[in-house]
Amino acid sequence: MMTIKCPYCGERSEAEYNFGGPAHLERPSHAAEVSDKEWGNYLFMLDNVKGISPERWCHSHGCGRWFNILRNTETHEILSIYKMGEGVKAARGDKDGA
Amino acid sequence: MQKYSTLSLVRNAISHHNGWQKAWRNPDLKSEYDAVVVGGGGHGLATAYYLAKEHGYKNVAVIEAGWLGGGNTGRNTTIVRSNYLFPQSAKFYNFSLNLYENMSQELDFNIMLRQAGLLTLLHSRHDLEVMRRNINAMHMNGIDSDWVTPDEVAHIAPGINMSEDARFPIVGGILQKRGGVARHDGVAWGYARAGDALGVDIIQMCAVTGFDIKNGEVVGVQTAKGHIKTKKVAIAVAGHSSVLAEMAGFRLPVSSMALQACVSEPLKPVFDAAIMSPATGIYISQSDKGELVMGGALDAYPSYAQRGNINTLEHIISGVIELFPCFSRIKLMRQWAGIVDIVHDSSPIIGHTPVKGMYINCGFGTGGFKATPAGGWTLAYTLANDRPHKMNEDFSLKRFETGAFIDEMGAAGIAH
Repeated sequence: MMTIKCPYCGERSEAEYNFGGPAHLERPSHAAEVSDKEWGNYLFMLDNVKGISPERWCHSHGCGRWFNILRNTETHEILSIYKMGEGVKAARGDKDGA
Repeated sequence: MQKYSTLSLVRNAISHHNGWQKAWRNPDLKSEYDAVVVGGGGHGLATAYYLAKEHGYKNVAVIEAGWLGGGNTGRNTTIVRSNYLFPQSAKFYNFSLNLYENMSQELDFNIMLRQAGLLTLLHSRHDLEVMRRNINAMHMNGIDSDWVTPDEVAHIAPGINMSEDARFPIVGGILQKRGGVARHDGVAWGYARAGDALGVDIIQMCAVTGFDIKNGEVVGVQTAKGHIKTKKVAIAVAGHSSVLAEMAGFRLPVSSMALQACVSEPLKPVFDAAIMSPATGIYISQSDKGELVMGGALDAYPSYAQRGNINTLEHIISGVIELFPCFSRIKLMRQWAGIVDIVHDSSPIIGHTPVKGMYINCGFGTGGFKATPAGGWTLAYTLANDRPHKMNEDFSLKRFETGAFIDEMGAAGIAH
């Protein structure tokens, strides 16, 4: 079981949070010109990483705010927690990490 | 293949059981195969068996990173059923159940199929209304499904909490009499033994490390034990599908998540049927050894860790105690998890991949065991003919482009 440090509330049990899909996905900007295949890729295809993966989580039974977690899906180790809008690269060097 | 029978049992008993042959060979990896199946679980072994038996493939290898049936095949809760809603699923899973019914005879291996029924409990007026519709749909699709009154539920499942004051009162149920349980290791071993007898090379403890792809076409497989030349590859690796797909340069609409289960200490016989309760989110059956086999929902985030978290386990146990207060003092013996391949519409993907000559069977999510024979059969057909069978043509990867989903989870309201 994980404890997750919400950037707004501090450390809580994983039971308070919900996983919300992979982080840093980019929605195709010109929707009308995008082919069905590209839409399908954007909507459904996943990296589904075995290893270190950037994820969106929501503190749904707490402050209700969204943030990002860099997490190892093999070990459940949390390497970094960073707010929405902060890039994953900046977060890798975060002091709160590991 | 040594025939298993009462006579062979007697003969071997007389010779102090020294005459039993190994169930399958342990061959060296050859440098070339007509087809390579990646994944030595139920689906992979079934694929190899049907390739050899139905399509005349005499030179097939099954490559398994661990040991046979050591993944989800040995981690599921052994339930077989076919009470799905949509015609495509109904046809597919019913075909699977048909193959299960003849499997012990066909493979000459006792898979201990026990068709004592699969009871789905209904807990509210809404459940009743939805299931009235579903049961009619199942009858239209030719699937046996019976309406069960609360009195009959109490008879099928002694000890169940029939109180009207229960948090989830039981107002009825549906029963698929052909549903039940089968020995999951037996299914893997049966297919392995019968496939081996038809010449399938089963290579264990041999991870696939990459694929050779030329001009979009597969030409070889790299493994821990050496390189294989082949033009046909079938992938059946459940939770690790995305890892293999990445090696081949494409992505899948799959999330790998942990699904856990647990067993109690052995008890005297309590009930025969497997029981599902969508409202409490649990299912329970009693094994031939007497253990209560219990499971519930997924751990709701991606994981490759093959272990379940305590929150979900507590949820399962609280659901079981809600239904069966009499089980509250029973001790748990084991708990474990398998990594399952969750797809958006809870329907499998069986068919072509973007790489020519490479075919995949994945996306069974939490319900792969019951589909083992049909999953292998259709994957073998698709590989051998380079086109899907009618049974799996709607379960292609293409639906994530066209939007022609078969949204079983949303529609059926049955946990899988």
